[in-house]
Amino acid sequence: MCFALALSLVMAASGLMGARATAATARAVANGSALGMLVFTVLAFGVLTYAFVISDFSVALVAEHSSILKPMVYKISGVWGNHEGSMLLWVLVLALYSGLVAVLQRGGARLTSAALGIQGLLAAAFFLFIIFTSNPFLRLDPIPFSGAGLTPLLQDPGLALHPPMLYIGYVGLSASFAYAAAAMMVGEEGWARAARPFMLIAWIALTCGIALGSWWAYYELGWGGFWGWDPVENASLMPWLVATALLHSALATERTGAFRTWTLLLAIAGFSMSLIGTFLVRSGVLSSVHAFASDPTRGFFIMVLIALAIGGALALFAWRAPSLQGGASFAPVSRDTTLLLNNVFLVAACACVFVGTLYPLVLDAVSGTKISVGPPYFALTFAPIFFALLLLVPLGPRLAWKQGDLKQALRTLYPAMGLAGIAALAVLAIASPRTVAGTAAFAVAGWLIGASVLDVRKRQGKGKARARAAAFAAAVAHAGLGVCLMGVAGTTIWRSEALEVLSPGQLMTVGPYTLRFDGVTRVEGPNYTADRAHVALMDGDKVKAVMAPEHRFYPAEGQDLTDTAIRTTGLRDLYLALGDDRGGGKYTMRAYVSPLAPLIWIGGLIMALGGMLSLWGRLRLRSSEPLAQGVPAE
Amino acid sequence: MKNSVFKVGALLLLMLVPAFAVPLFFAGSAYAVPVPDTFADPAMETRARALQRQLRCLVCQGESIDESRSPLAGDLRHLVREQMAAGKSDQQIEDYLVARYGDFILMKPPLQPDTWLLWLAPFLVLVAGGGVAWLVVKRASAGSA
Repeated sequence: MCFALALSLVMAASGLMGARATAATARAVANGSALGMLVFTVLAFGVLTYAFVISDFSVALVAEHSSILKPMVYKISGVWGNHEGSMLLWVLVLALYSGLVAVLQRGGARLTSAALGIQGLLAAAFFLFIIFTSNPFLRLDPIPFSGAGLTPLLQDPGLALHPPMLYIGYVGLSASFAYAAAAMMVGEEGWARAARPFMLIAWIALTCGIALGSWWAYYELGWGGFWGWDPVENASLMPWLVATALLHSALATERTGAFRTWTLLLAIAGFSMSLIGTFLVRSGVLSSVHAFASDPTRGFFIMVLIALAIGGALALFAWRAPSLQGGASFAPVSRDTTLLLNNVFLVAACACVFVGTLYPLVLDAVSGTKISVGPPYFALTFAPIFFALLLLVPLGPRLAWKQGDLKQALRTLYPAMGLAGIAALAVLAIASPRTVAGTAAFAVAGWLIGASVLDVRKRQGKGKARARAAAFAAAVAHAGLGVCLMGVAGTTIWRSEALEVLSPGQLMTVGPYTLRFDGVTRVEGPNYTADRAHVALMDGDKVKAVMAPEHRFYPAEGQDLTDTAIRTTGLRDLYLALGDDRGGGKYTMRAYVSPLAPLIWIGGLIMALGGMLSLWGRLRLRSSEPLAQGVPAE
Repeated sequence: MKNSVFKVGALLLLMLVPAFAVPLFFAGSAYAVPVPDTFADPAMETRARALQRQLRCLVCQGESIDESRSPLAGDLRHLVREQMAAGKSDQQIEDYLVARYGDFILMKPPLQPDTWLLWLAPFLVLVAGGGVAWLVVKRASAGSA
C-alpha cells in the first residue's frame, strides 16, 4: 500500500516535469505519465477500497470509518465518506481527467501538452497534500476488533453517489482551467472548443451531484426542505453557477470569438470556486454534516494551494490576456448580448451566494460580531437576480449571432407567452393562498418550457445536424430549469405541514390527507434498531395505504437518525417524519404535504439530460462540419 | 491567515459553551408555565411558525428552531410561544432574543453599517456587471456598424 503511494508521488512528479516542453518527446512523456498516474492512482484507490471491503482494521482509516456490521454498499461508499478517502477520490478523478485529456488529444498538440502540464502540477500538489496531511493508509497497532462505523446520515444510497458526482464536477472544472491556462501559455486559439466536453461533463456531474444532495437532504434530514442555504450546499452551488456561465460564454467564444478574455477568466473562476468549495468543506471552517475533517493544517494547506492556483492563474492572465485581445464585433441586439447578460446575472447570483456564505466568517474574524445569513437573505437577493435571468433565457436561442431581430424574436415567442399566461391563470385558479411570487414563478416556468418546445419544433428537419443537436440540447436544459422552478415554487409556497403529539389510534390531518397513527414497533435492521411507526393513510373509513417512518439507532456509531416515509403521486408528496417518544405510546409526528416537490429533481435531471445530449451531439457528430450557421463574417 | 482560521474555530467553540448551558437554565423554569405545544388559534399558530422560521437554532448548523430537533430549539420554541401568549409582538420577541443571544439568532441579518456590504454586494456586482456589459456591447457594435 505504501508502495502504491510512493509510486503515485513519482507519477505526480513526472507528470509535472513531462509536459512543460514543446518537443515531441516531451509530449510523449507527458501523455505516458498521465496514463501512468491514472494507473497508479486507480491502484491506490483500489487497495483502499479493498481494505474497506474486507474490513481490514489494521488500516486506521478503515477502523475509524467502517464496521463489520455495515452493508457492503456502505463499506464501499465509506471509502469516500471521510476526509482522507475523499481526497484520494479527488485525485483519482483528476487522474481520470488527465488520462482523458491525454487520450482524446483535443486541440493542438502544444495546447494538450500544456494542459497536461497544468494538470500534473495540480495532481502533484494534491498528492503532497494527501501524503503529508491526510495519508489514508496509516496503520494501527494493536489492531482493533471492530470499527467505529460511518455516520448513519451518510449511510444512504443517494449519498453513496453524491460525493463522486460532485467531485467529477469539481475536478472537471480543473480540465477547463488547465486548458485555459494552457491557452494563455501557448497563445493558442480553439481552447474553448477543445475544453468544451470537459466543461459539459463537469456541468452535468455538478447538476446531478447537487440534485442528489438536495434530494438526500429532503428525505433524510426530516424537516421537509430541499435546500437550506447551508454553507456547504452553497459551496457546491457556486461552481455550478460559474460553470453555467462558462458554458454559455465559451459558446460565444467558440462561435464568434467574442468574450475571449472573459471566458478565460471564468474558467479560472470556475476551478477557483471548486477549490474554495473544497476548502470550505474540508477545512472545518464550517462545520456541518459534510465536514468530517476539522484539522487546521489541512485547511491551511488547501488555502495555500488555492492562493497558488488562483494567484498563478491570475498572474498568467494579467500577463498574457492583453495579447489575446481582439473581441469580435456584434450588434446590441444579438445572441452575443444575451449570453453576456446571462453571464452578468449568473456572476451576480454567484456573488450573492459567495458573500452570503463567507460574510459571517469574515465579519466574525474582523470584528467578532456574529450574524447568521439564512434563507431570508437569499430569498431577497439570489431569488430576484435568478428570476430576472430566467426571464431572459428564452430570448437567447431566438436571436441570431452578431445581429438579431428582437421584434421578430418576440413574435415567434407569442405561443410561449400564451403558455406563460395560461400557467399564471391556472395557478390563480387552483392554488391557495394566491401569491405574487407563485404566480410569477409559474408564468416564467410556462415561458421557459413553451419557448423550449418552440425551439425544438422550429429546428425540426432544418439546419445542420450538429447545430440542431446543440439547439435541442439547450432547449431540453432550459425546459428542465422551468420544471425545476415549478417544483421549487410549489414546495416553497404551498407546502402545508402539521406537527402533533399522537397516541395510538389518533387521527391527524395535513393538507387534504387524513392520517391514523397505529402505534410504534421495534424492528431490527442490518446494523441498526428502529422504532417504526405505522401510519395509515385514510380514505373515509378505509385504509388507503400504510406508511412507516422510522427512528433508527445505530449502535456501532452510537447515533440516531430519522428515516422519513414519503408517498408521492408524482405531483404531490406526503412526507412523514417520526419525532420523539413522549412516553405512554405517544409520539410526535411531523407531516408535510409538498405540492410538486418531485419536479425539483425531475427538473434537475432534465437539465443534466440536456447537458448529456449536448455532449453526445458533440462527440458523435465530431466531424469537420463547420459550426457557423451561415452568419456572414465581418 | 492561519491564525484567523484558528480564531474562527475558537470563537465557534466558545459560542457553543453558553448555548449548551441554556437548556440547563430553562429546564427549571420553562415548563412551569403551561403553554401549549401548538396554539389552538390557527392565526396564532401560523404566526408562531413564521417567527420560529426566522430564528436560528444556536447549537445546530444552519437550522431554524422550527426545523431543529435539539433540546435547545425546543426550549426556544417554548419561549417564543410563551411570549406570544403574553401578548408580545413579533418585533418585541425578536428584540428580546437578540438582546439575549445577539444578532446570530436572526436568520435574516439586520441591515446595519457592518452588513451594508453584505446586502448590497450582489446588487453592486449586478450593476457593475451591467455597466461592463454595456461598455462591451457599445464597443462591439461600434466595430460592426
